[in-house]
Amino acid sequence: MIGANGHKDPRHPFWAERPRYDLESEKYLKIWQGPQHPGVTGNMALELVVEGDIVVDCRVHVGYLHRGFEKLMERRKYINCFPIVCRICVPEPDYNEYLFAAATEELAGIEIPERAKWIRAITLELARIASLTMGLGGQAGAFGLGTIGQWCLVHRDYVLDLFEELSGHRIYHMYILPGGVRHDLTPGFAERTEAVLRKVEKLMDDVQKVLFDNAVIKARTNGLGVIPYDWIDPFGIVGTNARGAGGTRDVRRDYPYLVYDRLDFDVITGDRSDVYGRSLLRRAEILMACGLVRQMLRGMPAGPVRTKLPNPLHWRIPAGETYVRAESGRGEMGYLMVSDGSGYPRRVHVRGPSYTHAMALFEELVRGVSIADIGGLMASLQTCPPEIER
Amino acid sequence: MEETLKILKERFEGKEPRERRPDLSFISVPRERAVEAVMWMRDHRGFTHLVMISCVDRIEDGVFELVYLLNDPVDRIDVGICVDIDRGAAVMESMHHLWAGVRVYQRELREMFGIDFPGSPGVKEPMILEGWDDIPPMRRDFDTLEYAERTYYPREGRSTRDPSAEMEERSYPLEADVKRGIRKLARSGYGDVDDDNKDNR
Repeated sequence: MIGANGHKDPRHPFWAERPRYDLESEKYLKIWQGPQHPGVTGNMALELVVEGDIVVDCRVHVGYLHRGFEKLMERRKYINCFPIVCRICVPEPDYNEYLFAAATEELAGIEIPERAKWIRAITLELARIASLTMGLGGQAGAFGLGTIGQWCLVHRDYVLDLFEELSGHRIYHMYILPGGVRHDLTPGFAERTEAVLRKVEKLMDDVQKVLFDNAVIKARTNGLGVIPYDWIDPFGIVGTNARGAGGTRDVRRDYPYLVYDRLDFDVITGDRSDVYGRSLLRRAEILMACGLVRQMLRGMPAGPVRTKLPNPLHWRIPAGETYVRAESGRGEMGYLMVSDGSGYPRRVHVRGPSYTHAMALFEELVRGVSIADIGGLMASLQTCPPEIER
Repeated sequence: MEETLKILKERFEGKEPRERRPDLSFISVPRERAVEAVMWMRDHRGFTHLVMISCVDRIEDGVFELVYLLNDPVDRIDVGICVDIDRGAAVMESMHHLWAGVRVYQRELREMFGIDFPGSPGVKEPMILEGWDDIPPMRRDFDTLEYAERTYYPREGRSTRDPSAEMEERSYPLEADVKRGIRKLARSGYGDVDDDNKDNR
């Protein structure tokens, strides 16, 4: 490996280099964007150094949402961790629930009923639709098309209605538990889901016309925040951000979990991971998720939805360690769980896709970008700060 | 997978691998060989994707166990390289030159566990906790409850009321009074007359 700027030391790759500037020269200005700012996803602060309206350097500051989830889990019994894990990511709580349950089940050797697997996969795909739809709305809003943002939020709410029906909760569902799911689908759930899916598909048609065929959007987003294919591994880029750059990794196909090995789907990839390309890919992912939900509702077997387990307050999980992963709407999400044989997790480490996207990658991508485009660039990476701080 | 683990064991003095699944194993290597082993995995065995760097505080053994979880995206297997470092001298060689995301993990590990990674860019900058002067919070000997009680609870002028008793007194004062009287009467036989406000502490 050759160091950056001809540096002979290979310990100086390009990402270890920081731009050089003299703030005393009056040519540069340091400004803060966030932690409370409409152009920042969640609560993060960007410490920007700008020359005119072009960003020269950026440092991302997190910590405004730190609640110490991982530490709290070490003090709680496994079952008591469920109200915590779903709060790690607001738009996609179900992946956290599923992964925590899957890791616990793997360590404890719990088998879940077949129907529970299908229901879990349905909720995960519905969560993907809700999350990506909201993300697409945020993307449009960041470029001034607030109307599309409102459309998308309404359609996310239709999906949340389904979750409310299923679990009694709109945002944090606590529906997936060790041993299966809390209870079976409600009567008529499939028909109501179908109606929502049709609405979402209709929305995607409208979004195509108003957002993706819009000349202004094309001019502003094409070539903005391009992720080269070569950066996928060094930066740990996953999900649609990587697939937009030509990457072909998708946890659903590569490490099939639940029922994904029985579903018919292709991994959608793009040829350029800029803001436009990534957003287009997410639109395609939403449509694919609609198709997957339909397939699952059709193919789902009957049967129990939960394995009878002993009193969870007296569980002793055998000592061991494991890592489980799932493809969330924003990429690979994983849980490393270590048990020491007691009733409390010894260590739970959450690997969220935002961790590297929002820190190392964003700091690199934002250089040379106009201040007006920072919000759009950030939305295109779909970062979620609580996942970084955990 | 078997071959990779065998080489890690023989060439990098690894301990007996711990297989969790056919596609996931963990192996401990000595601290001095860790960077070399991780670099070899990345450059020669196709483990190009760094999933995470984590740490488990094994306080009973006096060590921090660092876990470098590596993924081979072609063969679709994961190997966790575990490295024990002494809790008393928590220093580990930096790997920030291997992946761009490593410096973020190392910065967090320094803040949360107090493990130093000399040479890692920005490792000394606080990441999440500003002005923290206690022991690193993810260490096992950091007591969250004790910290919260010490920092937040004994506050001047702060009192706690039981919500149900409070609402009962506000909404149904007469009934609450009658109930209190009955309780007082019932307890008087046991010599507990003065403690009528016990529930509301």
